[in-house]
Amino acid sequence: MPLALEGSQALARAIALCRPQVVAAYPITPQTHIVEGIAKLVADGQLDCEMVSVESEHSAASVALGAAVAGSRAYTASASQGILLMAEVLFDIAGLRVPLVMTCANRALSGPLNIWNDQQDSMAMRDSGWIQLYCATNQEAIDTTVQAFRIAERCELPVMVCVDGFTLTHTLEPLELPSQEQVDAFLPPYFFRHGLHPDEPRSLGTLVGPEHFSEVRHAHHHALLRAQDEIVQADADWSDVVGRQYGGLLEVRGNPDATLGILTLGSVLGTLEDAMEENPDLPQARFIKLRSFRPFPAQALREACAGLEHLIVLERALSPGYGGIVGPEVQAVLAGQPSPPRIHNVAAGLGGRDLSLDLYARLVHLIDSGGEPEPFRIIDADPSLLPEEDR
Amino acid sequence: MLEIRIHGRGGQGNVVAAYLLASAVIDGGRYAQAFPAFGAERRGAPVAAFVRIDEKPIRRRCQVREPAFLIVQDPALMDVPETLSGLRARGTVLVDGAALEIDGSGANEILTMPATHLAMEHIGRPVPNTALLAAFITLTQLMPLSALIDALAERFKGPILEKNQRLVEAAAETVEAGRWREVAHAAGA
Repeated sequence: MPLALEGSQALARAIALCRPQVVAAYPITPQTHIVEGIAKLVADGQLDCEMVSVESEHSAASVALGAAVAGSRAYTASASQGILLMAEVLFDIAGLRVPLVMTCANRALSGPLNIWNDQQDSMAMRDSGWIQLYCATNQEAIDTTVQAFRIAERCELPVMVCVDGFTLTHTLEPLELPSQEQVDAFLPPYFFRHGLHPDEPRSLGTLVGPEHFSEVRHAHHHALLRAQDEIVQADADWSDVVGRQYGGLLEVRGNPDATLGILTLGSVLGTLEDAMEENPDLPQARFIKLRSFRPFPAQALREACAGLEHLIVLERALSPGYGGIVGPEVQAVLAGQPSPPRIHNVAAGLGGRDLSLDLYARLVHLIDSGGEPEPFRIIDADPSLLPEEDR
Repeated sequence: MLEIRIHGRGGQGNVVAAYLLASAVIDGGRYAQAFPAFGAERRGAPVAAFVRIDEKPIRRRCQVREPAFLIVQDPALMDVPETLSGLRARGTVLVDGAALEIDGSGANEILTMPATHLAMEHIGRPVPNTALLAAFITLTQLMPLSALIDALAERFKGPILEKNQRLVEAAAETVEAGRWREVAHAAGA
Protein backbone atom coordinates (compact mmCIF):
# COMPACT_ATOMS: atom_id res chain seq x y z
CA MET A 1 0.00 0.00 0.00
CA PRO A 2 1.62 3.25 -1.07
CA LEU A 3 1.76 6.13 1.41
CA ALA A 4 0.74 9.71 0.72
CA LEU A 5 4.08 11.45 1.24
CA GLU A 6 5.77 14.65 0.23
CA GLY A 7 8.90 13.82 -1.77
CA SER A 8 11.20 15.30 0.88
CA GLN A 9 9.51 13.43 3.74
CA ALA A 10 9.75 10.18 1.79
CA LEU A 11 13.43 10.84 1.10
CA ALA A 12 14.10 11.54 4.78
CA ARG A 13 12.56 8.18 5.65
CA ALA A 14 14.44 6.41 2.86
CA ILE A 15 17.72 7.87 4.11
CA ALA A 16 16.89 6.78 7.66
CA LEU A 17 16.27 3.25 6.37
CA CYS A 18 19.87 3.28 5.08
CA ARG A 19 21.02 3.73 8.70
CA PRO A 20 23.42 6.66 8.30
CA GLN A 21 25.53 7.10 11.42
CA VAL A 22 26.30 10.78 10.83
CA VAL A 23 24.17 13.35 9.01
CA ALA A 24 25.47 16.91 8.76
CA ALA A 25 23.48 19.58 6.99
CA TYR A 26 22.63 23.23 6.79
CA PRO A 27 19.08 24.06 5.66
CA ILE A 28 18.49 25.67 2.28
CA THR A 29 15.38 25.83 0.10
CA PRO A 30 14.32 23.45 -1.45
CA GLN A 31 16.41 20.89 0.48
CA THR A 32 15.14 21.94 3.93
CA HIS A 33 12.31 19.46 4.37
CA ILE A 34 14.66 16.53 3.77
CA VAL A 35 17.05 17.39 6.59
CA GLU A 36 14.23 18.59 8.85
CA GLY A 37 12.64 15.18 8.34
CA ILE A 38 15.86 13.37 9.24
CA ALA A 39 16.38 15.62 12.29
CA LYS A 40 12.87 14.80 13.50
CA LEU A 41 13.43 11.05 13.08
CA VAL A 42 16.61 11.39 15.17
CA ALA A 43 14.90 13.57 17.79
CA ASP A 44 11.99 11.14 18.04
CA GLY A 45 14.39 8.27 18.64
CA GLN A 46 13.47 6.51 15.40
CA LEU A 47 16.95 6.85 13.91
CA ASP A 48 20.16 6.22 15.84
CA CYS A 49 22.37 8.80 14.18
CA GLU A 50 24.54 11.77 15.05
CA MET A 51 22.68 14.71 13.51
CA VAL A 52 25.11 17.62 13.31
CA SER A 53 23.68 21.09 12.80
CA VAL A 54 26.45 23.17 11.35
CA GLU A 55 26.89 26.86 10.59
CA SER A 56 27.39 26.53 6.84
CA GLU A 57 27.34 24.10 3.95
CA HIS A 58 31.13 24.14 3.90
CA SER A 59 31.04 22.70 7.39
CA ALA A 60 28.24 20.28 6.52
CA ALA A 61 30.34 18.69 3.79
CA SER A 62 33.43 18.80 6.01
CA VAL A 63 31.67 17.02 8.88
CA ALA A 64 30.30 14.40 6.50
CA LEU A 65 33.78 13.94 5.06
CA GLY A 66 35.36 13.56 8.49
CA ALA A 67 32.67 11.17 9.65
CA ALA A 68 33.01 8.99 6.55
CA VAL A 69 36.78 8.88 6.91
CA ALA A 70 36.32 7.85 10.55
CA GLY A 71 34.32 4.91 9.28
CA SER A 72 30.73 6.14 9.54
CA ARG A 73 28.05 5.86 6.90
CA ALA A 74 27.60 9.58 6.28
CA TYR A 75 25.08 11.73 4.45
CA THR A 76 24.48 15.36 3.63
CA ALA A 77 22.13 17.35 1.41
CA SER A 78 22.08 20.78 -0.12
CA ALA A 79 21.12 22.87 -3.14
CA SER A 80 22.14 25.85 -5.17
CA GLN A 81 24.31 28.33 -3.22
CA GLY A 82 24.84 25.64 -0.61
CA ILE A 83 26.40 23.36 -3.23
CA LEU A 84 28.65 26.22 -4.30
CA LEU A 85 29.75 26.87 -0.73
CA MET A 86 30.47 23.14 -0.39
CA ALA A 87 32.36 23.02 -3.66
CA GLU A 88 35.84 23.03 -2.16
CA VAL A 89 34.98 20.12 0.11
CA LEU A 90 33.06 18.21 -2.58
CA PHE A 91 36.21 18.06 -4.70
CA ASP A 92 38.12 16.88 -1.61
CA ILE A 93 35.62 14.14 -0.86
CA ALA A 94 35.80 12.80 -4.40
CA GLY A 95 39.55 13.23 -4.80
CA LEU A 96 40.14 11.33 -1.55
CA ARG A 97 37.75 8.61 -2.78
CA VAL A 98 35.52 8.87 0.29
CA PRO A 99 32.23 7.00 0.05
CA LEU A 100 29.30 9.14 1.09
CA VAL A 101 25.92 10.09 -0.31
CA MET A 102 24.33 13.49 -0.72
CA THR A 103 21.06 14.69 -2.13
CA CYS A 104 21.09 17.75 -4.36
CA ALA A 105 17.60 19.28 -4.35
CA ASN A 106 18.26 20.89 -7.71
CA ARG A 107 17.84 24.67 -7.78
CA ALA A 108 19.02 27.58 -9.92
CA LEU A 109 22.16 29.49 -9.01
CA SER A 110 22.39 33.20 -8.19
CA GLY A 111 22.47 35.85 -9.53
CA PRO A 112 19.89 37.05 -9.87
CA LEU A 113 18.59 35.30 -6.78
CA ASN A 114 16.20 32.50 -7.66
CA ILE A 115 15.07 29.70 -5.35
CA TRP A 116 13.34 27.57 -7.98
CA ASN A 117 14.25 24.48 -9.93
CA ASP A 118 16.78 23.97 -12.63
CA GLN A 119 19.96 21.88 -12.64
CA GLN A 120 22.67 24.50 -12.84
CA ASP A 121 23.88 23.66 -9.31
CA SER A 122 24.72 19.99 -9.82
CA MET A 123 25.97 20.72 -13.34
CA ALA A 124 28.43 23.19 -11.80
CA MET A 125 29.87 20.18 -9.93
CA ARG A 126 30.23 18.15 -13.12
CA ASP A 127 34.00 17.89 -12.82
CA SER A 128 34.14 17.36 -9.06
CA GLY A 129 34.59 13.62 -9.49
CA TRP A 130 31.30 12.64 -7.85
CA ILE A 131 28.94 10.12 -9.35
CA GLN A 132 25.80 12.03 -10.36
CA LEU A 133 22.48 10.24 -10.71
CA TYR A 134 19.39 12.19 -11.88
CA CYS A 135 15.91 11.08 -10.82
CA ALA A 136 12.75 11.41 -12.90
CA THR A 137 10.28 10.69 -10.10
CA ASN A 138 10.12 10.68 -6.32
CA GLN A 139 9.86 6.89 -6.35
CA GLU A 140 13.08 6.79 -8.36
CA ALA A 141 14.66 9.20 -5.86
CA ILE A 142 13.78 6.88 -2.96
CA ASP A 143 15.10 3.78 -4.70
CA THR A 144 18.17 5.56 -6.08
CA THR A 145 19.08 6.81 -2.60
CA VAL A 146 19.23 3.24 -1.30
CA GLN A 147 21.23 2.17 -4.34
CA ALA A 148 23.54 5.18 -3.95
CA PHE A 149 24.92 4.01 -0.59
CA ARG A 150 25.84 0.63 -2.06
CA ILE A 151 27.38 2.20 -5.17
CA ALA A 152 29.37 4.66 -3.03
CA GLU A 153 30.65 2.00 -0.68
CA ARG A 154 31.55 -0.54 -3.35
CA CYS A 155 33.23 1.99 -5.67
CA GLU A 156 34.78 4.12 -2.90
CA LEU A 157 33.31 7.18 -4.59
CA PRO A 158 30.78 9.75 -3.41
CA VAL A 159 27.34 9.77 -5.02
CA MET A 160 25.18 12.84 -5.58
CA VAL A 161 21.50 11.97 -6.03
CA CYS A 162 19.97 14.83 -8.02
CA VAL A 163 16.29 15.46 -7.30
CA ASP A 164 14.48 18.39 -8.93
CA GLY A 165 13.71 20.96 -6.24
CA PHE A 166 10.00 21.69 -5.62
CA THR A 167 8.89 19.69 -8.68
CA LEU A 168 9.83 16.54 -6.79
CA THR A 169 10.85 17.60 -3.28
CA HIS A 170 7.62 19.49 -2.57
CA THR A 171 5.17 17.19 -4.37
CA LEU A 172 2.97 14.88 -2.32
CA GLU A 173 2.02 11.67 -4.12
CA PRO A 174 1.63 7.94 -3.48
CA LEU A 175 5.05 6.48 -2.72
CA GLU A 176 6.35 3.06 -1.72
CA LEU A 177 8.97 2.85 0.99
CA PRO A 178 11.01 -0.32 1.30
CA SER A 179 11.03 -2.20 4.59
CA GLN A 180 13.93 -1.98 7.02
CA GLU A 181 14.66 -5.67 6.40
CA GLN A 182 14.90 -5.11 2.64
CA VAL A 183 17.30 -2.21 3.05
CA ASP A 184 19.38 -3.99 5.71
CA ALA A 185 19.86 -6.99 3.42
CA PHE A 186 20.88 -4.73 0.54
CA LEU A 187 23.12 -2.46 2.63
CA PRO A 188 25.05 -4.48 5.21
CA PRO A 189 27.16 -2.57 7.74
CA TYR A 190 30.10 -0.98 5.97
CA PHE A 191 33.80 -1.01 6.73
CA PHE A 192 35.83 1.67 4.92
CA ARG A 193 39.20 0.05 4.35
CA HIS A 194 40.93 3.41 3.87
CA GLY A 195 39.33 4.90 6.96
CA LEU A 196 41.26 6.30 9.89
CA HIS A 197 41.57 4.36 13.11
CA PRO A 198 43.72 5.02 16.21
CA ASP A 199 44.90 1.39 16.22
CA GLU A 200 46.52 1.90 12.83
CA PRO A 201 47.55 5.55 12.65
CA ARG A 202 47.97 7.11 9.22
CA SER A 203 47.14 10.30 7.32
CA LEU A 204 44.69 10.97 4.56
CA GLY A 205 44.67 13.91 2.19
CA THR A 206 48.18 15.10 2.80
CA LEU A 207 50.33 16.83 0.22
CA VAL A 208 50.77 14.83 -2.99
CA GLY A 209 53.55 16.09 -5.24
CA PRO A 210 54.00 15.97 -8.98
CA GLU A 211 55.52 12.50 -8.72
CA HIS A 212 52.17 10.96 -7.74
CA PHE A 213 49.36 13.42 -8.47
CA SER A 214 48.72 12.32 -12.05
CA GLU A 215 48.38 8.70 -10.94
CA VAL A 216 45.83 9.75 -8.31
CA ARG A 217 43.79 11.48 -11.01
CA HIS A 218 44.18 8.51 -13.38
CA ALA A 219 42.90 6.14 -10.71
CA HIS A 220 39.97 8.43 -9.88
CA HIS A 221 38.93 8.81 -13.53
CA HIS A 222 39.03 5.07 -14.11
CA ALA A 223 37.19 4.37 -10.86
CA LEU A 224 34.36 6.58 -12.14
CA LEU A 225 34.33 4.83 -15.52
CA ARG A 226 34.25 1.44 -13.80
CA ALA A 227 31.41 2.62 -11.54
CA GLN A 228 29.06 2.17 -14.52
CA ASP A 229 28.97 -1.58 -13.83
CA GLU A 230 28.14 -1.01 -10.18
CA ILE A 231 25.36 1.48 -11.03
CA VAL A 232 23.78 -1.06 -13.38
CA GLN A 233 24.21 -3.87 -10.86
CA ALA A 234 22.77 -1.89 -7.95
CA ASP A 235 19.67 -1.03 -10.01
CA ALA A 236 19.24 -4.66 -11.10
CA ASP A 237 19.76 -6.09 -7.62
CA TRP A 238 17.48 -3.54 -5.94
CA SER A 239 14.84 -4.31 -8.54
CA ASP A 240 15.00 -7.96 -7.44
CA VAL A 241 14.06 -6.72 -3.95
CA VAL A 242 11.36 -4.13 -4.69
CA GLY A 243 10.36 -4.85 -8.30
CA ARG A 244 11.19 -1.37 -9.56
CA GLN A 245 13.98 -0.70 -12.05
CA TYR A 246 15.19 2.54 -13.62
CA GLY A 247 17.41 1.41 -16.48
CA GLY A 248 20.76 1.52 -14.68
CA LEU A 249 22.71 4.21 -16.55
CA LEU A 250 19.82 5.35 -18.73
CA GLU A 251 16.37 4.23 -19.71
CA VAL A 252 14.74 4.18 -23.14
CA ARG A 253 11.04 5.01 -22.98
CA GLY A 254 8.33 6.31 -25.29
CA ASN A 255 8.32 4.77 -28.77
CA PRO A 256 11.53 2.71 -29.12
CA ASP A 257 11.08 2.57 -32.92
CA ALA A 258 10.85 6.34 -33.36
CA THR A 259 13.63 8.02 -35.34
CA LEU A 260 13.26 11.20 -33.25
CA GLY A 261 14.86 11.03 -29.83
CA ILE A 262 14.49 13.35 -26.85
CA LEU A 263 17.10 13.10 -24.10
CA THR A 264 16.19 14.47 -20.67
CA LEU A 265 17.55 14.51 -17.14
CA GLY A 266 15.21 14.66 -14.17
CA SER A 267 11.52 15.16 -13.69
CA VAL A 268 10.41 16.69 -17.01
CA LEU A 269 10.05 13.24 -18.56
CA GLY A 270 6.54 12.47 -17.27
CA THR A 271 5.15 15.72 -18.66
CA LEU A 272 6.64 14.96 -22.08
CA GLU A 273 5.27 11.41 -21.98
CA ASP A 274 1.77 12.68 -21.24
CA ALA A 275 2.05 15.34 -23.95
CA MET A 276 3.09 12.76 -26.56
CA GLU A 277 0.15 10.55 -25.63
CA GLU A 278 -2.31 13.46 -25.80
CA ASN A 279 -1.07 14.63 -29.21
CA PRO A 280 -1.25 11.62 -31.57
CA ASP A 281 -0.97 14.00 -34.55
CA LEU A 282 2.59 14.93 -33.53
CA PRO A 283 5.60 12.76 -34.38
CA GLN A 284 6.37 10.15 -31.74
CA ALA A 285 9.61 10.23 -29.82
CA ARG A 286 11.99 7.76 -28.26
CA PHE A 287 12.75 9.20 -24.82
CA ILE A 288 16.19 8.68 -23.40
CA LYS A 289 16.19 9.31 -19.68
CA LEU A 290 19.80 9.95 -18.75
CA ARG A 291 20.16 8.71 -15.18
CA SER A 292 23.93 8.61 -14.80
CA PHE A 293 25.54 11.86 -15.97
CA ARG A 294 28.82 11.04 -14.20
CA PRO A 295 30.07 8.55 -15.13
CA PHE A 296 28.94 9.48 -18.63
CA PRO A 297 27.57 6.29 -20.21
CA ALA A 298 29.11 6.54 -23.68
CA GLN A 299 28.46 2.99 -24.82
CA ALA A 300 24.94 2.79 -23.38
CA LEU A 301 24.13 6.08 -25.13
CA ARG A 302 25.43 4.83 -28.46
CA GLU A 303 23.16 1.79 -28.16
CA ALA A 304 20.15 3.84 -27.03
CA CYS A 305 20.56 6.24 -29.97
CA ALA A 306 20.95 3.58 -32.67
CA GLY A 307 18.61 4.29 -35.59
CA LEU A 308 17.80 7.87 -34.54
CA GLU A 309 17.80 10.55 -37.24
CA HIS A 310 17.37 13.43 -34.81
CA LEU A 311 18.16 13.71 -31.13
CA ILE A 312 16.92 16.68 -29.10
CA VAL A 313 18.95 17.13 -25.94
CA LEU A 314 16.84 19.07 -23.45
CA GLU A 315 18.83 20.62 -20.63
CA ARG A 316 17.93 22.38 -17.41
CA ALA A 317 21.19 24.35 -17.31
CA LEU A 318 23.66 25.92 -19.71
CA SER A 319 27.26 26.90 -20.19
CA PRO A 320 27.03 30.61 -21.03
CA GLY A 321 29.31 31.53 -23.88
CA TYR A 322 29.21 28.01 -25.26
CA GLY A 323 25.69 26.58 -25.07
CA GLY A 324 24.57 23.27 -23.67
CA ILE A 325 26.46 21.10 -21.20
CA VAL A 326 25.05 17.62 -21.84
CA GLY A 327 24.38 18.15 -25.57
CA PRO A 328 28.00 18.55 -26.65
CA GLU A 329 29.00 15.48 -24.62
CA VAL A 330 26.26 13.42 -26.29
CA GLN A 331 27.36 14.70 -29.68
CA ALA A 332 30.96 13.77 -28.92
CA VAL A 333 30.21 10.17 -27.97
CA LEU A 334 27.95 9.68 -31.02
CA ALA A 335 30.46 11.19 -33.45
CA GLY A 336 32.06 8.51 -35.56
CA GLN A 337 29.07 6.19 -35.23
CA PRO A 338 27.56 5.06 -38.54
CA SER A 339 24.98 7.78 -39.47
CA PRO A 340 24.73 9.47 -36.06
CA PRO A 341 21.60 11.54 -35.32
CA ARG A 342 21.63 15.30 -35.75
CA ILE A 343 21.80 16.85 -32.32
CA HIS A 344 19.40 19.70 -31.47
CA ASN A 345 20.46 21.21 -28.15
CA VAL A 346 18.11 23.39 -26.10
CA ALA A 347 17.53 24.40 -22.48
CA ALA A 348 14.14 25.02 -20.86
CA GLY A 349 12.59 25.47 -17.45
CA LEU A 350 15.37 27.62 -16.01
CA GLY A 351 14.82 29.13 -12.58
CA GLY A 352 11.52 27.29 -12.16
CA ARG A 353 9.80 28.35 -15.39
CA ASP A 354 6.92 25.91 -15.79
CA LEU A 355 7.58 23.04 -18.17
CA SER A 356 4.07 22.75 -19.58
CA LEU A 357 2.50 20.13 -21.84
CA ASP A 358 3.07 22.27 -24.95
CA LEU A 359 6.83 21.85 -24.51
CA TYR A 360 6.58 18.56 -26.42
CA ALA A 361 5.19 20.25 -29.55
CA ARG A 362 7.85 22.96 -29.34
CA LEU A 363 10.56 20.31 -29.16
CA VAL A 364 9.35 18.13 -32.02
CA HIS A 365 8.92 21.21 -34.25
CA LEU A 366 12.67 21.82 -33.94
CA ILE A 367 13.17 19.27 -36.71
CA ASP A 368 10.59 20.83 -39.07
CA SER A 369 12.83 23.18 -41.01
CA GLY A 370 14.68 20.49 -42.91
CA GLY A 371 16.26 19.27 -39.74
CA GLU A 372 19.45 21.31 -39.77
CA PRO A 373 20.20 21.96 -36.11
CA GLU A 374 19.90 25.56 -34.97
CA PRO A 375 22.48 26.93 -32.56
CA PHE A 376 21.81 26.15 -28.89
CA ARG A 377 19.07 28.28 -27.40
CA ILE A 378 16.82 28.59 -24.36
CA ILE A 379 13.65 27.41 -26.05
CA ASP A 380 11.16 29.00 -23.63
CA ALA A 381 12.91 32.38 -23.34
CA ASP A 382 11.10 35.36 -24.88
CA PRO A 383 13.81 37.67 -26.28
CA SER A 384 11.17 40.27 -27.16
CA LEU A 385 11.04 41.13 -23.46
CA LEU A 386 14.65 42.27 -23.64
CA PRO A 387 16.11 45.54 -24.86
CA GLU A 388 17.12 45.39 -28.52
CA GLU A 389 20.82 44.98 -27.80
CA ASP A 390 20.26 41.92 -25.55
CA ARG A 391 18.11 39.89 -27.94
CA MET B 1 -7.99 13.68 -14.55
CA LEU B 2 -9.52 16.15 -12.12
CA GLU B 3 -7.53 19.32 -11.49
CA ILE B 4 -8.02 21.74 -8.60
CA ARG B 5 -6.23 24.98 -7.83
CA ILE B 6 -6.18 26.46 -4.34
CA HIS B 7 -5.54 30.17 -3.91
CA GLY B 8 -4.72 31.91 -0.69
CA ARG B 9 -2.12 33.95 1.09
CA GLY B 10 1.14 32.72 2.55
CA GLY B 11 0.42 31.40 6.04
CA GLN B 12 -3.17 30.34 5.36
CA GLY B 13 -2.27 26.70 4.89
CA ASN B 14 -2.69 26.44 1.13
CA VAL B 15 -0.14 23.70 0.69
CA VAL B 16 -1.48 21.89 3.74
CA ALA B 17 -4.96 22.01 2.18
CA ALA B 18 -3.63 20.58 -1.08
CA TYR B 19 -1.70 17.87 0.77
CA LEU B 20 -4.73 16.97 2.92
CA LEU B 21 -6.98 16.61 -0.10
CA ALA B 22 -4.47 14.51 -2.03
CA SER B 23 -3.70 12.37 1.04
CA ALA B 24 -7.38 11.62 1.51
CA VAL B 25 -7.60 10.48 -2.13
CA ILE B 26 -4.43 8.37 -1.95
CA ASP B 27 -5.48 6.73 1.33
CA GLY B 28 -8.69 5.75 -0.45
CA GLY B 29 -6.66 3.82 -3.05
CA ARG B 30 -6.73 6.31 -5.94
CA TYR B 31 -3.96 8.45 -7.36
CA ALA B 32 -3.34 12.09 -6.52
CA GLN B 33 -0.62 14.66 -6.66
CA ALA B 34 -0.37 17.90 -4.69
CA PHE B 35 2.25 20.61 -4.94
CA PRO B 36 2.66 24.33 -4.36
CA ALA B 37 2.91 26.94 -7.07
CA PHE B 38 6.46 28.01 -6.77
CA GLY B 39 5.86 31.59 -5.69
CA ALA B 40 7.50 33.68 -3.04
CA GLU B 41 7.29 32.03 0.37
CA ARG B 42 6.16 35.09 2.32
CA ARG B 43 3.35 35.43 4.83
CA GLY B 44 0.50 37.38 3.24
CA ALA B 45 1.70 37.10 -0.37
CA PRO B 46 -0.78 35.58 -2.85
CA VAL B 47 0.10 31.90 -3.29
CA ALA B 48 -1.43 28.89 -5.00
CA ALA B 49 -1.30 25.11 -4.72
CA PHE B 50 -2.44 22.39 -7.08
CA VAL B 51 -4.14 19.02 -6.74
CA ARG B 52 -4.61 16.37 -9.43
CA ILE B 53 -6.80 13.31 -8.94
CA ASP B 54 -6.94 10.34 -11.29
CA GLU B 55 -7.71 6.64 -11.51
CA LYS B 56 -4.21 5.90 -12.86
CA PRO B 57 -0.70 7.05 -11.91
CA ILE B 58 -0.07 10.75 -12.63
CA ARG B 59 3.03 11.41 -14.72
CA ARG B 60 2.87 15.11 -15.61
CA ARG B 61 4.43 17.65 -13.27
CA CYS B 62 3.48 20.93 -14.92
CA GLN B 63 1.35 23.50 -13.12
CA VAL B 64 -2.43 23.30 -13.37
CA ARG B 65 -3.52 25.82 -15.98
CA GLU B 66 -7.15 24.80 -16.59
CA PRO B 67 -8.63 23.67 -13.29
CA ALA B 68 -12.17 22.35 -12.95
CA PHE B 69 -12.38 23.75 -9.44
CA LEU B 70 -10.95 26.69 -7.56
CA ILE B 71 -10.79 26.92 -3.80
CA VAL B 72 -10.14 30.50 -2.71
CA GLN B 73 -9.17 31.12 0.91
CA ASP B 74 -9.31 34.92 0.81
CA PRO B 75 -12.26 36.64 -0.94
CA ALA B 76 -10.04 39.64 -1.80
CA LEU B 77 -8.14 37.33 -4.16
CA MET B 78 -11.24 37.10 -6.36
CA ASP B 79 -10.26 40.59 -7.58
CA VAL B 80 -6.84 39.37 -8.72
CA PRO B 81 -7.14 38.38 -12.41
CA GLU B 82 -4.82 35.36 -12.01
CA THR B 83 -7.23 33.70 -9.59
CA LEU B 84 -9.90 32.86 -12.17
CA SER B 85 -7.39 32.31 -14.99
CA GLY B 86 -7.99 29.13 -17.00
CA LEU B 87 -11.05 27.97 -15.04
CA ARG B 88 -12.89 25.44 -17.20
CA ALA B 89 -16.19 26.29 -18.91
CA ARG B 90 -18.40 24.61 -16.28
CA GLY B 91 -15.87 24.87 -13.47
CA THR B 92 -16.92 26.14 -10.07
CA VAL B 93 -15.38 28.28 -7.35
CA LEU B 94 -15.55 27.81 -3.60
CA VAL B 95 -14.66 30.96 -1.65
CA ASP B 96 -14.36 31.88 1.98
CA GLY B 97 -16.63 34.78 2.91
CA ALA B 98 -19.00 36.32 5.41
CA ALA B 99 -22.01 34.06 4.86
CA LEU B 100 -23.37 31.35 2.61
CA GLU B 101 -24.10 32.78 -0.82
CA ILE B 102 -24.40 31.26 -4.29
CA ASP B 103 -23.74 33.38 -7.36
CA GLY B 104 -24.76 31.49 -10.47
CA SER B 105 -25.16 34.56 -12.66
CA GLY B 106 -21.95 34.02 -14.63
CA ALA B 107 -20.73 30.99 -16.58
CA ASN B 108 -19.14 29.60 -13.44
CA GLU B 109 -20.97 29.10 -10.17
CA ILE B 110 -19.30 30.83 -7.24
CA LEU B 111 -20.22 29.50 -3.83
CA THR B 112 -19.22 31.55 -0.80
CA MET B 113 -19.24 30.02 2.67
CA PRO B 114 -18.16 31.29 6.11
CA ALA B 115 -15.09 29.07 6.46
CA THR B 116 -13.01 31.45 8.58
CA HIS B 117 -16.01 32.13 10.80
CA LEU B 118 -16.51 28.41 11.36
CA ALA B 119 -12.79 27.93 12.02
CA MET B 120 -12.84 30.69 14.65
CA GLU B 121 -15.87 29.09 16.28
CA HIS B 122 -14.46 25.56 16.43
CA ILE B 123 -10.68 25.84 16.63
CA GLY B 124 -10.25 29.49 17.57
CA ARG B 125 -7.93 30.31 14.68
CA PRO B 126 -8.75 32.18 11.44
CA VAL B 127 -7.63 29.34 9.16
CA PRO B 128 -10.30 28.55 6.56
CA ASN B 129 -8.61 25.60 4.81
CA THR B 130 -10.14 22.64 6.64
CA ALA B 131 -13.69 24.03 6.50
CA LEU B 132 -13.33 24.74 2.78
CA LEU B 133 -12.07 21.21 2.14
CA ALA B 134 -15.00 19.72 4.08
CA ALA B 135 -17.42 21.79 2.03
CA PHE B 136 -15.62 20.92 -1.21
CA ILE B 137 -15.76 17.19 -0.53
CA THR B 138 -19.45 17.48 0.39
CA LEU B 139 -20.27 19.45 -2.77
CA THR B 140 -18.36 17.14 -5.12
CA GLN B 141 -18.80 13.85 -3.23
CA LEU B 142 -15.27 12.99 -4.38
CA MET B 143 -14.85 10.84 -1.28
CA PRO B 144 -16.57 10.23 2.04
CA LEU B 145 -16.05 12.99 4.61
CA SER B 146 -14.41 10.39 6.86
CA ALA B 147 -11.46 10.32 4.43
CA LEU B 148 -10.70 13.94 5.29
CA ILE B 149 -10.97 13.22 9.00
CA ASP B 150 -8.57 10.28 8.57
CA ALA B 151 -6.13 12.54 6.73
CA LEU B 152 -6.41 15.11 9.53
CA ALA B 153 -5.71 12.34 12.04
CA GLU B 154 -2.31 11.84 10.41
CA ARG B 155 -1.42 15.44 11.31
CA PHE B 156 -3.33 16.15 14.54
CA LYS B 157 -4.05 14.29 17.74
CA GLY B 158 -6.24 14.58 20.85
CA PRO B 159 -8.34 17.67 21.49
CA ILE B 160 -7.07 19.48 18.36
CA LEU B 161 -8.15 16.59 16.17
CA GLU B 162 -11.55 16.50 17.89
CA LYS B 163 -12.06 20.22 17.28
CA ASN B 164 -11.09 19.80 13.63
CA GLN B 165 -13.50 16.90 13.34
CA ARG B 166 -16.36 19.04 14.64
CA LEU B 167 -15.29 21.80 12.25
CA VAL B 168 -15.43 19.36 9.32
CA GLU B 169 -18.91 18.24 10.29
CA ALA B 170 -20.19 21.79 10.77
CA ALA B 171 -18.71 22.99 7.47
CA ALA B 172 -20.17 20.03 5.58
CA GLU B 173 -23.64 20.91 6.89
CA THR B 174 -23.52 24.39 5.40
CA VAL B 175 -23.52 23.20 1.78
CA GLU B 176 -25.71 20.99 -0.40
CA ALA B 177 -24.29 17.49 -0.68
CA GLY B 178 -23.59 16.47 -4.29
CA ARG B 179 -24.33 19.91 -5.78
CA TRP B 180 -21.08 19.76 -7.84
CA ARG B 181 -21.03 16.00 -8.37
CA GLU B 182 -21.80 16.33 -12.09
CA VAL B 183 -19.07 18.94 -12.58
CA ALA B 184 -16.57 16.64 -10.88
CA HIS B 185 -17.74 13.69 -12.93
CA ALA B 186 -17.52 15.57 -16.23
CA ALA B 187 -14.09 17.02 -15.44
CA GLY B 188 -12.68 13.72 -14.24
CA ALA B 189 -13.93 11.72 -17.23
